[in-house]
Amino acid sequence: MSTRLATGGRLIDRTRSIEFRFNGQRLSGHPGDTLASALLAGDRLLSGRSFKYHRPRGLVASGAEEPNALFGIGEGARFEPNQRATTQELFDGLTAKSQNHWPSLEFDIGAVNTKLSRFFPAGFYYKTFMGPRAFWKHVYEPIIRQSAGLGQPPKEGDADRYEHFYAYTDVLVVGGGIAGLTAAKAAADSGAEVLLVEQTAHWGGRAPVDEDGGEADVAALVDALEAMPNVRMRARTMGAGVYDHGYVLAYERLTDHTDAKEGPRHRLWRIRAGQVITATGAIERPLSFAGNDVPGVMLASAVRDYVVNWAVSPGDRTVVVTNNDDAYRTALALHKAGLSVPMILDARAGGGGALAQAAREAGIRVENGKGIAKVQGGKRVTGVAICAQAGEGAVLETIPCDAVAMSGGWSPVVHLWSHCGGKLTWDEAQAMFRPDPDRAPTGHDGKPFVITAGAASGAMQAQAARADAAVAGAMAAERTGREASRADAAQPASSDEHPIEPVWMMPQGARYDLRSKAFLDYQNDVKVSDVQLAAREGFESVEHAKRYTTLGMATDQGKLSNINGLAVLSQSLSTPIPQVGTTTFRPPYTPISMGAIAGEARGEIFQPLRRTPMHRWHEDHGAHWEPVGHWRRPYCYPQDGESHGDAVGREINQTRARVGLLDASTLGKIVVKGPDAGKFLDMLYTNMMSTLKPGKCRYGLMCSENGFLIDDGVVARWDEDTFLCHTTTGGAERIHAHMEEWLQTEWWDWKVYVANVTEQYAQIAVVGPKAREVIEKLGAEGMDSQTFPFMAWEDRDLAGIRARIYRISFSGELSYEIAVPASQGLALWEALMDAGAEFGITPYGTEALHVMRAEKGFIMIGDETDGTVIPQDLGLNWAISKKKDDYLGKRAQARSHMTDPKRWKLVGLETTDGSVLPDGAYAVGQGVNANGQAITIGRVTSTYHSPTLGRGIAMGLVLNGPDRMGEVIEFGKIGGGRVSAKIVDPVFFDKDGEKQNV
Amino acid sequence: MSDHRTPLGGASRDGRVRVEEMPRRGMITLRGDLSDATFAGTVTALSGTGMPGQRKVELADGGLLAWMSPDELLLVMPPEDVAGALDRIASDLSGQHHLAAEVTDARAVLRLSGEDAAVRETLGKLMPVDFAPGAFGPGDIRRTRLAQVPAAVWCVAPGDFGVICFRSVAEYVYAALTNAAAEGGAVGHY
Amino acid sequence: MLLLECPCCGVTAEETEFHGGGEAHLKRFGPGSADEEFESYLFHRENPRGVHFERWRHVNGCGKWFHAARCTQTLEVFGTYPAQTTRPPEDLLAKIRDKRPGWSWRDFA
Repeated sequence: MSTRLATGGRLIDRTRSIEFRFNGQRLSGHPGDTLASALLAGDRLLSGRSFKYHRPRGLVASGAEEPNALFGIGEGARFEPNQRATTQELFDGLTAKSQNHWPSLEFDIGAVNTKLSRFFPAGFYYKTFMGPRAFWKHVYEPIIRQSAGLGQPPKEGDADRYEHFYAYTDVLVVGGGIAGLTAAKAAADSGAEVLLVEQTAHWGGRAPVDEDGGEADVAALVDALEAMPNVRMRARTMGAGVYDHGYVLAYERLTDHTDAKEGPRHRLWRIRAGQVITATGAIERPLSFAGNDVPGVMLASAVRDYVVNWAVSPGDRTVVVTNNDDAYRTALALHKAGLSVPMILDARAGGGGALAQAAREAGIRVENGKGIAKVQGGKRVTGVAICAQAGEGAVLETIPCDAVAMSGGWSPVVHLWSHCGGKLTWDEAQAMFRPDPDRAPTGHDGKPFVITAGAASGAMQAQAARADAAVAGAMAAERTGREASRADAAQPASSDEHPIEPVWMMPQGARYDLRSKAFLDYQNDVKVSDVQLAAREGFESVEHAKRYTTLGMATDQGKLSNINGLAVLSQSLSTPIPQVGTTTFRPPYTPISMGAIAGEARGEIFQPLRRTPMHRWHEDHGAHWEPVGHWRRPYCYPQDGESHGDAVGREINQTRARVGLLDASTLGKIVVKGPDAGKFLDMLYTNMMSTLKPGKCRYGLMCSENGFLIDDGVVARWDEDTFLCHTTTGGAERIHAHMEEWLQTEWWDWKVYVANVTEQYAQIAVVGPKAREVIEKLGAEGMDSQTFPFMAWEDRDLAGIRARIYRISFSGELSYEIAVPASQGLALWEALMDAGAEFGITPYGTEALHVMRAEKGFIMIGDETDGTVIPQDLGLNWAISKKKDDYLGKRAQARSHMTDPKRWKLVGLETTDGSVLPDGAYAVGQGVNANGQAITIGRVTSTYHSPTLGRGIAMGLVLNGPDRMGEVIEFGKIGGGRVSAKIVDPVFFDKDGEKQNV
Repeated sequence: MSDHRTPLGGASRDGRVRVEEMPRRGMITLRGDLSDATFAGTVTALSGTGMPGQRKVELADGGLLAWMSPDELLLVMPPEDVAGALDRIASDLSGQHHLAAEVTDARAVLRLSGEDAAVRETLGKLMPVDFAPGAFGPGDIRRTRLAQVPAAVWCVAPGDFGVICFRSVAEYVYAALTNAAAEGGAVGHY
Repeated sequence: MLLLECPCCGVTAEETEFHGGGEAHLKRFGPGSADEEFESYLFHRENPRGVHFERWRHVNGCGKWFHAARCTQTLEVFGTYPAQTTRPPEDLLAKIRDKRPGWSWRDFA
């Protein structure tokens, strides 16, 4: 059984006990424990069920690479699935539950899948869920949905807050092991600003466990770094990804280790570094033998970690199996802790070096050239059957044990090096991919910006790793323009370790029944036999084999399985490993929370919400909002019990009969000034603006160079060289940018300045037959049509506020748009509402605006236009100057497709039964196209119920539309059926404009 | 004349740093040839300061003069001075191409004050700018992005920073800043 | 995420302050131009694997447009320069020649 040892445990505080709950049971541990070490100390080895076969699985690792021990941590609004027990620090009151089993962890019905595993080979899904077609909806999809996914999603909104932080540094060091510390010190000694991040809560990495004196070395380095003002150190911060030009994301976990949940939970560091040192260490590889997934089979380094760091023994009798010398350290650590190591199986015929000798001297039986044929046991290891590594798995001997420590060698953590294009090289001697320093990721200046240090470089021995890291630190400092002293990289004394011998399958000639129980990817249940099958079926590219078998596609992203898997593929294809290559390493290194990615962007600051100066008034008066870009505009103001439709109808009727108020502040307002302003606007608008007289307004259309209509609005000439251009609500920033673009990049010698003053002004449209009286009541004089005609503007004082009034109309009514400083917008609005009370004034929203403009046949950008419509399509030829040599879009509008008489043209549409046409409906012609679909001859662009006319009205683009007045055509309805509509003039109401010209 | 309403009604909140809306300030966006002597003379006479260098702000009593782009300045002054300033600009610069637009009410002006490092951290959570004291100090101004909207930030003195944004997003910016300045969010980086 | 230096305000900032604007140094063809000229102006774009000239606007900054010479393969930025020109500065062309011998892009080499 696994248990807590009586002494030791460098990371735990034995003087204190803390309680936590696992699957509802109360358990205890010590401060400094991880959830994994505390569970192991409580003999909770079984940690979950595998994804596909629901096989019992236990802890394999002690760090971020753990594939099995994934739990749901926390409760309610703080619940999060798929958290690794090995990286979850224990705290008082922590709750965890296992996942992917039903009804219980001990007894899981899904485990029947393991008996059927022959029927779940690689590509099972692709091969099985093929047909018949009807099965998809009713059989396959429900089954897949039921069994898909790992863990349960949280059901409540997240209680925590998150944030980003932008940081800048000369040198970023990722990894706080001995190499990272050494590199940071070397870089910082030059005076460079250094930021050092470490994913765990502890500095030093493996050195304190693996090296005599390692702990003291780490403490000395940490002390030295903490004393340096140019060094910043952050534990619990993982370097998640390296991106272009020195951009690095790091993921800081602030409250996951404590029950005090104050402040942000996670902080996403958005770092821009001159140089990045990845001192990310190495990860031990499992060995592929039958039953290598039985709980109790662990990585040798993890076994050592549990014993040394947390004083937990994974078992009483541990068999060590290895192909390298490092695993002997585990045997010696176990022996030192008083635990039994019945046997070390060394797959190498020649065995190990000095460490093997030490093990023998400690009385441990060492067998060279041997391996494990099969692990015995179901939910727990009960023994191992031993065989010759060179054979096919004939059992030589069976050894009872309750744990197995395996080591297939080490793989440098090359993820961060690779994220941004760093290349790898296959190191035959060490049987691993390591970074190729000559092919580093390059930055904005074309120079390398990532350097690896220590084990991440492939320097696996302690002294070599330190020497490598010191050089890396100095090199980083030099590349950021500092002078660094390079300690003589004295060649470390020749190693007394024997070289690794790659073992990709154990035994070498394992039979099918063994290979089909030898797991490569624990989380996705991919076995040696699956990869071999994929190769036989032609999935020869490592990227194809990965997707076909799902090897390395689980939440651990193949940290343990990738190299073993591609080695098996390489053998199956008889292709050398370097030619098979690796799959792509993509960030993040381990999963980061969605909250951290979102940062502050949630709740009221999820996205900017733009408010006009009268926003609060609208809110207080029951506005139903319509989002327009980031603006919120009142759609209508329903009164007690009114439907939205009724409110819109009332607002229109009241405005047409009396007077209405519209908040038009969102319309863009751009000042264009300079001697060349008129010439510039003549290029921007299709019509002539330079001839506009000061004091007057003119409606204009803007097109892109493609000829398509992009915006419209009224231009007012303020004085000889100053114009104010109104844009649509969504167009203010876009059109301002459009103007700047042409001025800066094409006509840079023209004397024109533009300024976007949209938000300087609140703009209020006073609309309706009583509009003039309302304004006059506020003290304005000279409002009569002679003094102040349609399409003019005047300055007046209204209620003591200096206002610029534009007499323009988008409704067909007598209408004034009044611009005042935004700070006085609300005051004017309220004054107008008060003054208008006796005239029956109503505020109206965007829907009433839309309906009234449609009744008048006015187009709306975004309804009648969709980026493919030119003004000529909309019958707006009157607004296109024939006199101008040029304007943006003119040349494009002369292209053959633009002049094609078959282009659909704007018309009005009236249903024959008075109903409202469906929005976007297509008009159906005679016959079918090549695909057997009905021919379409037009489409609806705007459609409303007109309260003014008491019937449905619409506008649409129709083939030869203007030539077909009075003709009835048919439109398709959603869900089938047709509705017929008559083609009419798009101006439905007051064709002669009598109402607006009073 | 009616009361003028600022976008946030003078809101303030104390967290790790104090975030407050400044009283209404008169503002003029001025575009023209910054290297022209007449232009510079007019502007500096109005601001009572020297001409700001690239990405610099000149601080004056009750106002400032900020470099916004190679052909744009921002003049900040008491609101009652704006009309006179616009007249002065129009007459002094009548002979040269320029644009002066009042933007007093187009913007919200906020102040962040408190412990210098805490203010810098608060800004550093929202703006992609190096706020290390050696990289951004008194007299520096930077136009950039504050979370999802454009904004400008300048340093008046250690622990005293100004932020300016468009009026319509004032509530968003205020909420983002007070959220970033909330207790419990110390970074300890500066 | 790219790091670009705005030549107009001197700031070196991350990509989120900028907005890309497509290929640089296009010559506008207006009314009267031949179909081929106009088609080329409107639609034909270089898509090199290597040195490219492109437009950027410092939209969350000084608002100015500028040009960048950038390698689409390595993302190396050779330099940036104000947009008011029809030709990259000579020293920049020389720098690119030095780093990418034999390169060419439209009429530049």
